Amino acid sequence: MQFMFLIHHDDEALAKAPPTMWGEYAAFNEALTKAGGTPGLRLDPASKGRSVTRRNGKPELLDGPYADTKEQFAGYYMLDLPDIDAAVQWAARCPSAQYGTVEVRPIWPTRSA
Amino acid sequence: MKFMLLIHGNEQAMMEATQVNSAGMSPEYAAYNDALIKAGAMLAGERLRPTTSAASVRVRNGKTEVLDGPYAETKEQFGGYYIIEASDLDAAMDWAQQCPASQFGTVEVRPVVQG
Amino acid sequence: MIGDEARKAAERVARESYGRLVAFLAARTRDVAGAEDALAEAFASALKSWPQDGIPANPDAWLLTVARRRQTDAVRRRQTRQSGEVHIQLMTEELDEAAANPDLIPDRRLALMFACAHPDIEAGMRAPLILQTILGLTAIDIAAAFLIPPATMGQRLVRAKARIKDAGLPFAIPEREDLPERLDAVLEAIYAAYAKGWTEIGDTAADRLADEAIWLGRLVVSLLPDEPEAKGMLALMLYAEARRAARRDASGAYVPLEAQDIELWDEPQVVAAEALLRDANRMGPTGRYQIEAAIQSAHVARRVTGRSNWESVVALYDILLGLTQSPVVVLNRAAALAETAGADVALASLDTIAADRRMADYQPYWAARGHLAARAGRREEAHEALTLAIGLSSDEAVRQYLAVQRTALNDG
Repeated sequence: MQFMFLIHHDDEALAKAPPTMWGEYAAFNEALTKAGGTPGLRLDPASKGRSVTRRNGKPELLDGPYADTKEQFAGYYMLDLPDIDAAVQWAARCPSAQYGTVEVRPIWPTRSA
Repeated sequence: MKFMLLIHGNEQAMMEATQVNSAGMSPEYAAYNDALIKAGAMLAGERLRPTTSAASVRVRNGKTEVLDGPYAETKEQFGGYYIIEASDLDAAMDWAQQCPASQFGTVEVRPVVQG
Repeated sequence: MIGDEARKAAERVARESYGRLVAFLAARTRDVAGAEDALAEAFASALKSWPQDGIPANPDAWLLTVARRRQTDAVRRRQTRQSGEVHIQLMTEELDEAAANPDLIPDRRLALMFACAHPDIEAGMRAPLILQTILGLTAIDIAAAFLIPPATMGQRLVRAKARIKDAGLPFAIPEREDLPERLDAVLEAIYAAYAKGWTEIGDTAADRLADEAIWLGRLVVSLLPDEPEAKGMLALMLYAEARRAARRDASGAYVPLEAQDIELWDEPQVVAAEALLRDANRMGPTGRYQIEAAIQSAHVARRVTGRSNWESVVALYDILLGLTQSPVVVLNRAAALAETAGADVALASLDTIAADRRMADYQPYWAARGHLAARAGRREEAHEALTLAIGLSSDEAVRQYLAVQRTALNDG
């Protein structure tokens, strides 16, 4: 089963994270890759984002992220794992779990081309 | 430049509006997908299962906490994404406006860290 | 004012009484969920009032009185709606019967545990089932310990209990020829609960789970006094529990077994474990828990002789390997082999599991490889293995310990 890990970071908490965190991330990525997972992409800060929505048939453009939450979506991973239990176990290893939240989302199987 | 398009929509409403069965794709999305591919903009895309199947994990003071549901309870839930190639943010915003989700929900555009 | 000890004791009595009654009702009706439901309010009431007001003279009778009152109300409500349910009526009869002679209620907890650990029940759910039905722990608490989202755990518990009922799984102590295997499943479930409590340090909920597991171990030993493996498993838990205080130093850093301060080991628990092991050994053929306990005994010999008895440890792992081809055993044996035959020999012994796909994300495997490779002077291999071990750890203290080991590779 495919799972997406959504990394939500709290900028405040991240600022207090020790420099060792990036080394831990490297180790996590290596372990993940060894187990067949793929590191996803990192996103620029949420403040650099924009949103579009349609209200009364007219597109509305907004600066900034969609949700005004304390933790912002900062990046993701994709993993193929047997079940949610295994997914949660991996999520707990992600260094971001200490400085934010790792949200685990099952994916619909990709439609083959 | 790479951009991530985050699709937010009310899960319930989205299911009804696009008349999509669980594993299939609506004609609107099929057309949008084709357009992205033809333009050479499509890099990746996935649909997420509803937030009822989500779990959130945090580690605080050395203790792992596992909660049901997504990180945040929002009116519109994060339900899918695209990774696209576009010349700049404005171009990415054009793609966002063309996305069927912009009619029923919100499409958020986030630049990807380059390099 | 009731002190903390008294409150804990009262809670313990409430859980004991509850578990006995659930087991009694469930064994008679095969309906675990129905039994829990019939006693839920009474149990909640007891947990609230006994720590404050003291333990009643007859705990079982107290619970039954409250349960029957609530049962009568439920039956009356259903009768008014004219939708009587068989299982409600069944529970009423069972409750009445139990209440007639509360001192003569047979202890069916062992039968309940065997049902929970039946081969037809998913292995990962046996421990949660036992913790909930015998101890009355909530799905939320159990979920937190087992790192499963709470609603998921709740759903799985419901399904597992339905399975017991629908498949008519027996509430009985298995026949002699089936007993070793079936008992092993019960012991494995209890030990799994202990192990969950083991991984989280300094967390009161986790410490508590370890206590509950030990309590369950003692229960099984008392109910099956002639089974050496039950004693072996309890001894194993007590050896581990005895070392709890020594696993972290004052600053919270991880301390491996060889480096632990033996002054911090709890002597009474070690002594109790040794006695259980001696009793078990006298009783008949050995089993995997007795061997694991014997290995622990060889380790704690350090407090008397100054060193772990590594030769014995290796010999015992050899026997264990004959009983189970578990990669975990191969791994632990390698650590001991390093002490008797050197790191290169130990590393070579890992070849048998190197291709096992389960090792790809098994943290202890990479941690062991890393340490052995470091000792064998194979720096690159050690660096790679320790990096993977760091990436696979969710415990910050363990990550830091491994990181220090990795940095040390560059020195000397």
